[in-house]
Amino acid sequence: MSATGVGASVRRMEDFRFITGRGRYTDDIARPGQACAAFVRSPHAHATIDRIETGAAAAMPGVCAVLTGADLAADKLGPLICGWMIHSKDGSPMKMAAHPALALGRVYHAGDPVAVVIADSYAQAHEAAEKVEVTYGELPAVVDPAEAQSTNAPQLHEVAPRNTIFEWHLGDAQATDAALKSAKHVTRLELRNNRLAPNAIEPRAAVAEFDAGNDAFTLWYTTQNPHLARLVLSAFIGIAPEHKLRVIAPDVGGAFGSKIFIYPEEVVCLWAARKTGRPVKWVAERSEAFLSDAHGRDHVTRAEMGLDANGKIVGLRVKTIANLGAYMSTFSSSVPTYLYGTLLSGQYDIPAIYCEVDAVYTNTAPVDAYRGAGRPEATYVVERLMEVSAREMGLDPAELRRRNFIKTFPHQTPVIMAYDCGDYPASLERALELAGYNSLNERKQEAARRGRLRGLGLSTYIEACGIAPSQAVGSLGAGVGLWESAEVRVNPTGTVEVLTGSHSHGQGHETTFAQLVSERLGIPIESIAIVHGDTDKVQFGMGTYGSRSAAVGMSAIAKALDKVEAKAKKVAAHMLEAAEADIVFEDGRFTVAGTDKSAAFGEVALNAYIAHKFSGAHLEPGLKEGSFYDPTNFTFPAGCHVCEVEVDPETGETDIVGWTAVDDFGVIINPMIVEGQVHGGIVQGIGQALMEHVVYDAQGQLVTGSLTDYALPRAEDLPPLIVDTTVTPCPSNPLGIKGCGEAGAIAAPAAVMNAITDAIGTEDLAMPATPQAVWAALARTGRREAA
Amino acid sequence: MPTVSLTVNGNPVHADIDPRTLLVQLLRENLRLTGTRVGCDTSQCGSCVVHMDGKAVKSCTVLTLQAEGTAITTIEGLALGETLHPMQQAFRDNHGLQCGFCTSGMIMTAVDMVRRKGHALDDHTIRRELEGNLCRCTGYHNIVKSIAAGARAMESADPLRRAAE
Repeated sequence: MSATGVGASVRRMEDFRFITGRGRYTDDIARPGQACAAFVRSPHAHATIDRIETGAAAAMPGVCAVLTGADLAADKLGPLICGWMIHSKDGSPMKMAAHPALALGRVYHAGDPVAVVIADSYAQAHEAAEKVEVTYGELPAVVDPAEAQSTNAPQLHEVAPRNTIFEWHLGDAQATDAALKSAKHVTRLELRNNRLAPNAIEPRAAVAEFDAGNDAFTLWYTTQNPHLARLVLSAFIGIAPEHKLRVIAPDVGGAFGSKIFIYPEEVVCLWAARKTGRPVKWVAERSEAFLSDAHGRDHVTRAEMGLDANGKIVGLRVKTIANLGAYMSTFSSSVPTYLYGTLLSGQYDIPAIYCEVDAVYTNTAPVDAYRGAGRPEATYVVERLMEVSAREMGLDPAELRRRNFIKTFPHQTPVIMAYDCGDYPASLERALELAGYNSLNERKQEAARRGRLRGLGLSTYIEACGIAPSQAVGSLGAGVGLWESAEVRVNPTGTVEVLTGSHSHGQGHETTFAQLVSERLGIPIESIAIVHGDTDKVQFGMGTYGSRSAAVGMSAIAKALDKVEAKAKKVAAHMLEAAEADIVFEDGRFTVAGTDKSAAFGEVALNAYIAHKFSGAHLEPGLKEGSFYDPTNFTFPAGCHVCEVEVDPETGETDIVGWTAVDDFGVIINPMIVEGQVHGGIVQGIGQALMEHVVYDAQGQLVTGSLTDYALPRAEDLPPLIVDTTVTPCPSNPLGIKGCGEAGAIAAPAAVMNAITDAIGTEDLAMPATPQAVWAALARTGRREAA
Repeated sequence: MPTVSLTVNGNPVHADIDPRTLLVQLLRENLRLTGTRVGCDTSQCGSCVVHMDGKAVKSCTVLTLQAEGTAITTIEGLALGETLHPMQQAFRDNHGLQCGFCTSGMIMTAVDMVRRKGHALDDHTIRRELEGNLCRCTGYHNIVKSIAAGARAMESADPLRRAAE
């Protein structure tokens, strides 16, 4: 392994600009003549818009336009869309309601944009926005997914009776019923997966510019997938044809899924830039982000798992209601279906699974993918069931898992997925050793002497990443293919630009991707530039989400590098006057096998461009190759997380006193960066389990609308994290990579809740396990008084 | 419009401003020092931390008029020419950043933490002192490591750097 090659903890190439304050995020961009946008948002969760009076606002100083949904409709821009078709069990297509970028006639959630003011400054735009008078006719609202399908519930969209978007199912209902009937023991749980706000620290933002001379737009904005955004803005919204719309994602300050989607605000900025003839900029305030960013999770689930007398799982039945909010966001339908039901087999050999998911509209912000997207929800169901089953049957939770692990591969689950490789006992045993599992009872007793309740929880999770084989996802309803592209441009002096369709917003691609190129071409990492996030530079790409950039994006780079090497060998053969088949490429040198005749990579690059040593009749000049890589399977990262807690029975406060993670991500490019991804994921999962919760009141008002009301984890809330890995190389891509970005967020919530319920001796506890919730759960058992 | 005079990263600044202009707006919009960032609207996230007369302040919560006559240091003013401040170097060496958005505020807070708490910072102290800074990427683990390492490195920093501080 070289100091900058695959497997080395190379310090990040991108860090210099961030630690010196020179990163360039969307809000740092100022265009000449730029105007600012402020949105008028609905104060009501559900209402008719009876009248909008814009005259007073338009007369305010600095205002250049006040635009409403009627103006948008007059200009015939298309609605926002959901790009993944789900069919109900009766074969009918999902009920996608119209989602105009500015509401037309009716609002469906608090924060729904109704109008926009464009003015010279933000202060002027906001002041004028206050003067837009909207007359609403308030309607009753529904916010709880469990109530949305009731005949008494207020109805949102006409296309979706009973607010039901789809009633989807997966698996074998009859076989599962029979299995549960035959089971010696059935564990039943009712679970809520709490609604979360992603809260990337950089709020969403957009700067749109229209070049009238060329009839072309440029949009700088906070996106994880600029090409996908361009495709949707062009083909569905109708802003401009793709070749007249350039989308640039500059530095993006965290995303976690929330910046995948195409939102109303960027549509409005583009449209307003053309209408006003000025660049238009919008930056979300945090309170605006809480109202308008797509939220995550929000499932209500009933689950039953049957086991035989030996603790072998015989069947699993799951019924979930998924809240998709007021409108269907870009990928919302895929999250509670093919990213959820397909993972319900966990790491276990389960012969029969049946899953039903009803997706519903409510008067809340749209819900879509948030770090893990469906897989944390599946893991929470499966891993809570495992722990509770073990407790109910008097078995060691680790032992119950051992008895049920899948041990041979490939393994076809009853819910579509074919796991390609893994070693689940290895990660479990390593994690138990690192966490001191054998001495847990001593620690519990010692804590009890201090009046504290100590508990430990396991989470042996699996996820499907490397999203995804295009043919497979197409058959499941995806509107796009999920391959990735790469182009390797070798310059005459031997430096290299790599253009990738992946996008980095914290993941460190400028380092890890360069490590692969440095190793393959034998050139210094400083001679490599990774280019991403600009539709004018990179031809096409699918972006970054679903832990796909290394497994899919780097595989595309690897394929392009193969082609570069093959072409360079032809050039070297002419230079060295040898047969192409005799040229060997190693450590950055092309050598004629068995001789001392050789040429460095840089010399070959130069010769490819000066083209003096070969005839154009035999070989094209230049050294630039591209690849589109489409994976053959999902990848299946898996592992074991162990959480140990102490609960203060007097206050209900939980301290996480130990965290051990052992993950199998296949081949790792940069261990330092992988550990960082795991740390971040775990803490978002801990946040979900202990403190994060988006709360709407019964009228649909957002109660947790700022960072003073919505608790994000802070440094003091957290323990040091022990992170280790086991490795089974992934056979489904050329680099053996599985992906690591979401694992922590997927594994952590179940581990925390398994630990707290172990400590307090009751399963009657929902996320987030705030001190108040834990205290109340203890009180219900009567154990709190005894403590 | 009132006039305000202060120094920013050692340079004198005189500006006619709308009295409601926040310090962060002066820095980002008037002076185009965009390394100081805005991540929230309730003084919670700490992305906007700068030093005012050597002390960390949240520049989203300071009116520019309150900064009259003060010396402001932003992230752009922390390095000595091409030489990184030891705390900047520690963040890179310990992978204390991912997306980079909170990083300016984290580093400015960390330097102030060392000024107040000394060079031997234990994890507990660092975590408590980060009460006013949010990061959503790193889980704080490597930020805590970075600050501990940066604090030690500041003690042995070269004399030029110490004189500057």
